[in-house]
Amino acid sequence: MDIVKDLLNGSKLALSRTITAIENEYEEASSIMRELYPHTGHAFVLGITGPPGAGKSTMTDKLARAYRNMGKTVGIIAVDPTSPFSGGAILGDRIRMNSLTLDEGVFIRSMGTRGSLGGLSHKTADAVKALDAFGKDVIFVETVGVGQSEVDIVKAADTTMVVLIPGMGDDIQAIKAGILEIGDVFAINKADHDGADKLQAELNMMLDLDGEKLDWRPPIQKVIASQGEGINELVALIEKHYAHIGATGKLAQRRHDRTKTELLELLKASIGSYITKNIVKTGRLDNCLKDIEEHRNDPYTIVHQLMNELLKQ
Amino acid sequence: MMEKRIRVLVAKPGLDGHDRGAKVVARALRDAGFEVIYTGLRQTPEQIAEAALQEDVNVVAMSILSGAHPHLFPKVVELVHEKGMKDVLIVGGGVIPESDIPALKKAGIAEVFTPGTSTGDIVDFIKAHVK
Amino acid sequence: MSTEKEKIQAELTQYNASAEKAIARFPERPNLPEQRLYTPLDIEKNDYADDIGFPGVYPYTRGVQPTMYRGRFWTMRMYAGFSTAEESNKRYRYLIESGASGLSCAFDLPTQIGYDSDDSISEGEVGKVGVAIDSLADMEILFDKIDLGKVSTSMTINAPASVLLAMYIAVAEKQGVTAEQLKGTIQNDILKEYAARGTYIFPPRPSMRLITNIFEYCSKNVPKWNTISISGYHIREAGSTAAQEIAFTISDGIAYVEAAIKAGLDVDAFAGRLSFFWNAHNNLLEEVAKFRASRRIWAKVMKERFNAKKPKSMMLRFHTQTAGSMLTAQQPNNNIVRVALQTAAAVMGGTQSLHTNSRDEALALPTEQSVMVALRTQQIVAYESGLADVIDPLAGSYYVESMTDKIEAEAWDYIKKIDEIGGAVAAIEKGYIQKEIQDSAYKWQMDVESNAKIIVGVNKFQVKEKPVEGLLRVDSSVGEKQKQKLADMKAKRNNDAVAKALAELETACKDENENLMPYILDAVRTYATLGEICGVMRKVFGEYEAHTNL
Repeated sequence: MDIVKDLLNGSKLALSRTITAIENEYEEASSIMRELYPHTGHAFVLGITGPPGAGKSTMTDKLARAYRNMGKTVGIIAVDPTSPFSGGAILGDRIRMNSLTLDEGVFIRSMGTRGSLGGLSHKTADAVKALDAFGKDVIFVETVGVGQSEVDIVKAADTTMVVLIPGMGDDIQAIKAGILEIGDVFAINKADHDGADKLQAELNMMLDLDGEKLDWRPPIQKVIASQGEGINELVALIEKHYAHIGATGKLAQRRHDRTKTELLELLKASIGSYITKNIVKTGRLDNCLKDIEEHRNDPYTIVHQLMNELLKQ
Repeated sequence: MMEKRIRVLVAKPGLDGHDRGAKVVARALRDAGFEVIYTGLRQTPEQIAEAALQEDVNVVAMSILSGAHPHLFPKVVELVHEKGMKDVLIVGGGVIPESDIPALKKAGIAEVFTPGTSTGDIVDFIKAHVK
Repeated sequence: MSTEKEKIQAELTQYNASAEKAIARFPERPNLPEQRLYTPLDIEKNDYADDIGFPGVYPYTRGVQPTMYRGRFWTMRMYAGFSTAEESNKRYRYLIESGASGLSCAFDLPTQIGYDSDDSISEGEVGKVGVAIDSLADMEILFDKIDLGKVSTSMTINAPASVLLAMYIAVAEKQGVTAEQLKGTIQNDILKEYAARGTYIFPPRPSMRLITNIFEYCSKNVPKWNTISISGYHIREAGSTAAQEIAFTISDGIAYVEAAIKAGLDVDAFAGRLSFFWNAHNNLLEEVAKFRASRRIWAKVMKERFNAKKPKSMMLRFHTQTAGSMLTAQQPNNNIVRVALQTAAAVMGGTQSLHTNSRDEALALPTEQSVMVALRTQQIVAYESGLADVIDPLAGSYYVESMTDKIEAEAWDYIKKIDEIGGAVAAIEKGYIQKEIQDSAYKWQMDVESNAKIIVGVNKFQVKEKPVEGLLRVDSSVGEKQKQKLADMKAKRNNDAVAKALAELETACKDENENLMPYILDAVRTYATLGEICGVMRKVFGEYEAHTNL
């Protein structure tokens, strides 16, 4: 089958297999992406992040339904951490989106972080492109906001929403440094629980202190996702932010930055795979190590030599 | 082919709420290095097949304790195949009398795991038969 | 006294030294708890009057009635039901003729989740794990020729408990039996459905309202009815430990009592009708300790936390079922022995009623013959074993008393932890209880797989076996039959009356101050179906979405 043609013709199987090729780093992935690239750039990408237990999946589910009611098609990429011990993962976000499964206008894909160093953001970005080329109007990328690679994933979004819940105690201080900076819109979920007002006040204070976002003061919306309360208001804020970055040229800037990052990552990845293929797997690395350990050579000279060889090719 | 993982959809078709087995198996598969998509209770065959498609899983593992397996297991096989996913390994487990197993296998269920099966056996079966 | 203690301590030290030496020659079995011998030192903190006391006296450690089985045996109540109402009616009458002293109805899954047999979601499930009930018409057949004024009936029904109870009351009316005369139990325990059993419909808030509506309605109209059976059984089946079973269940109980008090009920008006449901698992002595500990905890909760005044409010009365999850598909006859030991545990633990599982239930629903053996097991324990001849026979055992204290302490720790989270409802919404249960279930499975735990016939003493023959098969035409019956009934009933009753129910659902029971009863009397009634409530209340964390 011609996977690209099928994908562009609306085959969900082709889309699904494409994302697998991206995830598993199959060789054909880069040629598929090359062919899909001209068909991308139309979708609005929303990043959704927040601490574990904040109700991100439920929120994603409700937002997706809201966008469906507006007549938009939706793609969802839900990222869950891979166990560092076994390499396996339980990808449990889908359970909160079961009612979307049979909606023809929705495609949900769960991904494990698979412990890749930085490669994950590159893979999710490509999966987003596949969904974009498939024709999805809105694409959600949902991930736990705990590590740098997760933050990188949502940085690739047009608009980033941070979901928080009351009762996290001092965690808000810890979170401040990381994901607060990337939030364009904040949602306080489980707003009927104690401490929601306090959390809102604290957030307001922090956001007011943040001088970098002068032209867009991130708004805060209280939500009870499980009951759908506040979801329409949240969509309005998300749309408002999207319109704002469109009007101020920030969207173009973000996408420019994103392309730049992707280009650099792609370059790094391809150098990385050259190294793996020609140096690690051939056993040359071991020989080099031996040389270093037995003081016949030093790391700096070796890197210099290897780089020269690579550049000559 | 650096980062391939065996992806398994663990699902409970039908209406029974006994998910101890499904959850234990899900965890055991994770601990064996698989990526497990757990979709929870009360899944219709249509939902299971569609989720299998979107997640591009290698394996669909179902558990039923209510006796509805003769109806629901073959239905899932049929729908998964209809979606063009012919190479998916589909297995089932639960309270299933021995005498029902031949018909289920004929319908495309690769293996049926009855009470007392160790999770290690399930892992081994999947590793040996996954395409 | 202290010289006595010193003497025991000295001898214990000596014993331990010699035991350590013996281990060198005869190694002990691995994976056992460290302590191998119990002495008076293990229960020295135990105060007989305060902690153990007398049966029928607070804190009821030794039993809730003063005479226990010297008065009469526990109710031998066999859980049954499958296929159509006609088939199940036959089985009930067979059980009554065989000496069962109470009925226990199993409903099929569509009934338990509030769907009619003709709903597409019911396909393949109709009549499978219990009897299919779509309307009052089925209920009339189910209890045909059974005098509801005499029999006590337990119904395993939760999310739609109000509807099935209403149907039962309506059938009784037709038999000329008043609601005041009715005796029985509805399970009606929604919290454990979220946590362990999975047959929920509505979200917690409206579910709790339905439950308190039932408490209130029954306290005035069906005074002998047990309005809830707060169930640890399914929590244990889902994989919990003994202490978790009673802790999570008592936390659920606390949530129900709080909800009822919040709804304006006086604690002593309803608490006497609360009952519990425990699992009888494999470890006989641990189970006896668990039953005893549970009584002591509940008595303290009701007295100290809720200021209950009536002794009945403080008594934990319970039904027991032997552990279904401990039945093996391998060498199924061995299950008869397991069930006998579990029966012994329940009896020595002072249960008020008991269901014994049948040997073939790891394979299918039980046949009539295997149900008979299960019932006979209870009768043998009652009449032949002597276990029921004295009250609380294991009291005073160093080990059992110490284990009772230990389980109680462990359970209190969990109850406190759940209180800190904000109660059982919050703990379930957070997934805390589910996670604890799953962790225990996983540990159990891994222990079996590593042979740290031996299950005879499963991971030791296996044999090659032929498939078991003669299993009960539910006729696959039952779904079609039931659909046809439903269509015929709908053609005959007064559909205007149905529509009117359902509309009134819908209005009442929207007003939180209304008790829904009278409206449900009115709807049931018009032959509105279970699916129609639950459909109205689904529309107003919405449905629960599970939040599973693995």
